[in-house]
Amino acid sequence: MALQAIAFYLMAAVTIASAFGVVSARNPVHSVLFLILAFFSAAGLFVLLGAEFLAMLLVVVYVGAVAVLFLFVVMMLDVDFAALRQGFAQYMPLGGLVAGILAVEMIVVSSTVATNGAASANDAPAVATDISNAEAIGRVLYTDYIYFFQAAGLVLLVAMIGAIVLTLRHKPGVRRQNISDQVARGPKTGMRIVQIKPGEGISE
Amino acid sequence: MTIGLAHYLAVAAILFTIGVFGIFVNRKNIIVILMSVELILLAVNINLVSFSVYLHDVVGQIFAMFVLTVAAAEAAVGLAILVTFFRNRGDIAVDDASMMKG
Repeated sequence: MALQAIAFYLMAAVTIASAFGVVSARNPVHSVLFLILAFFSAAGLFVLLGAEFLAMLLVVVYVGAVAVLFLFVVMMLDVDFAALRQGFAQYMPLGGLVAGILAVEMIVVSSTVATNGAASANDAPAVATDISNAEAIGRVLYTDYIYFFQAAGLVLLVAMIGAIVLTLRHKPGVRRQNISDQVARGPKTGMRIVQIKPGEGISE
Repeated sequence: MTIGLAHYLAVAAILFTIGVFGIFVNRKNIIVILMSVELILLAVNINLVSFSVYLHDVVGQIFAMFVLTVAAAEAAVGLAILVTFFRNRGDIAVDDASMMKG
C-alpha cells in the first residue's frame, strides 16, 4: 500500500509540475515537451487506477499523435514567440488569484463528493476480476454503445477531411496528370499531317 | 495513508485550474491556449476514469474514450486553422483574428 502511495504522489507531482511548465515555459517547444511529460504521467495515474486500456490509449493517441502534431506545428511556424508573451506578467497576479480560488473550491467540492457521494461506499478501487480492463470496455463499447462508437469514427473522419481541406493548397504552376484528357486523346487530336516544302523546314 | 478517490479528484482539479490559468496568462499565444485546452480535457478524463473505477462502472471509461476522440479531432482541426491563418497573415497573434469575420 505504501508503494502505491509513493507511486501516486510521484505521478501526481510530475503531472502537475509539467502542466505548470506547459503554461509557463518561455519556449513553445519546451511547452510541448512538458505536455508530453504531463500526458505520460497521467497515463501512469490511469494505470494506478486500474484503467490500463485508457492509459495505453493516452500514450498512443496523445503522446504519439497529438503532441507530435503540436511539435510539428510549433517548429513549422516561423513566429516571434517572445512578442506573444507580452502581457504575461500583467495577467499573472489576477489570473493566479482566480485560478487559486477555483482550485480550492473544486478541491473542497470534490473531497466532499468523495467522502459523502455515491462513490464513498466503495473504498478500494475495483479489484481485477476474471476479465481484463480492455475486455470489460469492449463488452460494453461494442454492444450498448455501438452507435456512439460509430459516431466517434464519423467525428474523426470529419476532422480528417476538415484538416486536409483547410491546409490543401493548389499551386498554379504545377502540371498534374489529367486522366480524362489522356483517355480522350486519339489519332485525330494526337497527330497532324504537315506538308513540308523542300528547303523550308517546319516551324511551330 | 491510502490513496482514495479524493486524491485523484484533487489532482484533476489542480490540472483543470492550471489549464484555465494558462488560457488567462497566454492570451496572445494560440498554440499554448490549445495546449491548455488539452490539459483541461485531460483533467476531465482523470475525473471520469477515477469515478468509473470507484463506482465499479466501466461506462465512465468509455465516455473518457469519446472525450479523447473529440480532443484529438479538435486539436487536428484547430492546428489546421492555425496553419491556414499563419499562411494568410504571416503571424499568429490572436487579437488580429477579428479580421476573420464574414
